[in-house]
Amino acid sequence: MRNESETGLSPAESRDLRCIAGVMIPADAGLGVPGADDAAIFADVVKSLGRDLPDVRAALADLTALSGGAFADLPADRQEAVTHAFHATLSRTAITLGRVILQCYYRDDRVVRSLGLEPRPPFPLGHKLEQGDWSLLDPVRARPKMWRDAP
Amino acid sequence: MAGHSNEMVDVLIIGSGASGAAVAWSLAETKMRILCLEQGDWSKQSDFPSNGRDWEARRYADYDISPNRRARPTDYPINEDNSVMKVANFNGVGGGTVFYTAHWPRMHPSDFRVKSLDGVADDWPINYDMLEPFFSLNDRMMGVSGLTGDPAYPPRNPPMPPLPLGKTGTRYAQAMNKLGWHWWPSDSTIATTDYDGRGACINLGHCTPGCAQGAKASTDITYWPHAIRAGVEIRPLCRVREVTTNEHGMASGAIYYDADGVERFQPAEVVILACNGIGTPRLLLNSASSRFPNGLANSSGLVGKNLMLHPWPQVRGYVDERVDGDHAPMLSLWSKEFYETDPNRGFVRGYTLQFARGTGVVNEAVQNASVGRLPWGKDHHKVYRDMVYRRLQIGVACEDLPEEHNRVTLDPVLKDSHGIPVPRIDYTISENTARMMDHGIARAEDILRAAGATGLYTSRTLLNSPGHLLGTARMGTDPERSVVNEWGRSHDVKNLFIVDGSVWVTSGGVNPTSTIQAVALYIADQMKQRLATLFD
Repeated sequence: MRNESETGLSPAESRDLRCIAGVMIPADAGLGVPGADDAAIFADVVKSLGRDLPDVRAALADLTALSGGAFADLPADRQEAVTHAFHATLSRTAITLGRVILQCYYRDDRVVRSLGLEPRPPFPLGHKLEQGDWSLLDPVRARPKMWRDAP
Repeated sequence: MAGHSNEMVDVLIIGSGASGAAVAWSLAETKMRILCLEQGDWSKQSDFPSNGRDWEARRYADYDISPNRRARPTDYPINEDNSVMKVANFNGVGGGTVFYTAHWPRMHPSDFRVKSLDGVADDWPINYDMLEPFFSLNDRMMGVSGLTGDPAYPPRNPPMPPLPLGKTGTRYAQAMNKLGWHWWPSDSTIATTDYDGRGACINLGHCTPGCAQGAKASTDITYWPHAIRAGVEIRPLCRVREVTTNEHGMASGAIYYDADGVERFQPAEVVILACNGIGTPRLLLNSASSRFPNGLANSSGLVGKNLMLHPWPQVRGYVDERVDGDHAPMLSLWSKEFYETDPNRGFVRGYTLQFARGTGVVNEAVQNASVGRLPWGKDHHKVYRDMVYRRLQIGVACEDLPEEHNRVTLDPVLKDSHGIPVPRIDYTISENTARMMDHGIARAEDILRAAGATGLYTSRTLLNSPGHLLGTARMGTDPERSVVNEWGRSHDVKNLFIVDGSVWVTSGGVNPTSTIQAVALYIADQMKQRLATLFD
């Protein structure tokens, strides 16, 4: 785990962030996916904070206020309730916190494979797109002119 | 910047996007010395997001469509606090064409006769027939895919076949046929065959923030290579502060900051502004002087006024099978069923329905979580997996009419990285537009239900506007009611031209780039025909 000077987060903030990531997207054995608090995913989240760091820190401060203390120290049922309450605010900080976790979670190889997709960037392989049945256009082709003349 | 000369040029073009590139290429045949100053840089296809695994995340960072969020050194901030719609743009060679969806509808003939036909706003001083040769020329230069025979438009002949229907398009087509409503494959500047050095689209699917394979036309890879080969010089990373004038009240050139931040003066015989509907009024207002105390070319007081942004509700729903998602160009079909005015609808003018294929796995999660439709916690996976790759989404491209209180001014406080005052926009949605939006949302819901979608969700205004920046230096024959004449020349400054979306009189209900470029080519053609009397 990178230290505070590298991540921009204090140890307490880092602990709360990882904890809410796990509550927000829990592991699911049935789907074969890790939670967002998985070590590799969380490392990606922290590494990718970039310009979102101030908003994430503000979000964690909001979370602390909502929790009445460190979020990570709450019992599990209370963590779940606070997470729902925080998300329900749909505040800028809550949305940013959600995004920084989601954008790393849904690019993890294991998660992407579980969705039936290949873990790769679009370029250079691209994708196939079926041509479709252009005879569907026949009734439209048969319509009279629709535009208005306007000299 | 050693080696850059500031010798007099015949034509100075400010801005290298859709209109600046088209004008540069068109004027190149005159063999005049033409220079284009562009505040941004060239883009490299290898830098575009779809090269990497973080391709979706970068749309919220260095490839965000909002300049305020993107915040590159080449961007300038915009105060949009007093606007329900936000600004999208891109500052670089190619301008907004680097960042657009490549949807390519033309304005309709009726869009140029709004006052005559519908009794609102004003007619344009030019019409569809006058522009048609330039629409066609532009379609060939940009490389357009599409299908002839659309009953919603006068005949046109896209040089490439349309993008495939795909699974999503097929769903929409069946629904529209069930409803008996018009639909047609969208014209697009995405290549479907090899075309002028571009390869046929391989469906990277993440077209908007730059096409990593170059199948999407942007002017840095269409017009500019031709213009440069014909002798036009383009100087990137040069931000213009103001257009200067001489004792005769003519434009004498422009003061700009080069890539090293050094202030320079570029003299010119003719100055052409191509900075979009926000950048152009900003520059004109920043060019105020003792001769032009209210801003350059602003004797009408209309510079910056009549800003039109195209309110664009989006309605989405989810079907019971996987469709195309982001594995294809985003846009698929259009419908013009509700485009022309029908007084029974309770509003004048109309809208295009724009059918999108879907979105990527990250964006699906982020968008829905941000509006509370994707829960955090135990139910997250179940809800998400019923969404991913099942989205249908329809955009309602509404025409907003010109209103002087919708405007661009200079922010009294905020400045860009060169200390130049930045734009502030004030924009509200009119009653007519609001009724049009409601109608379009209801029809989009009808279509989605007919396509078998459930879980419908409407966003009335996008987080950011579609980046259609129009109307702030309108054209017309009356100098008291317009900024430029019917061929783009300033009424006040006879060697100053404007060729971007600023000159639009009304906005139509379509993505504007095709028409912006047709108008720019028309103005360039008018200039070429009048070279001997250009300043009379």
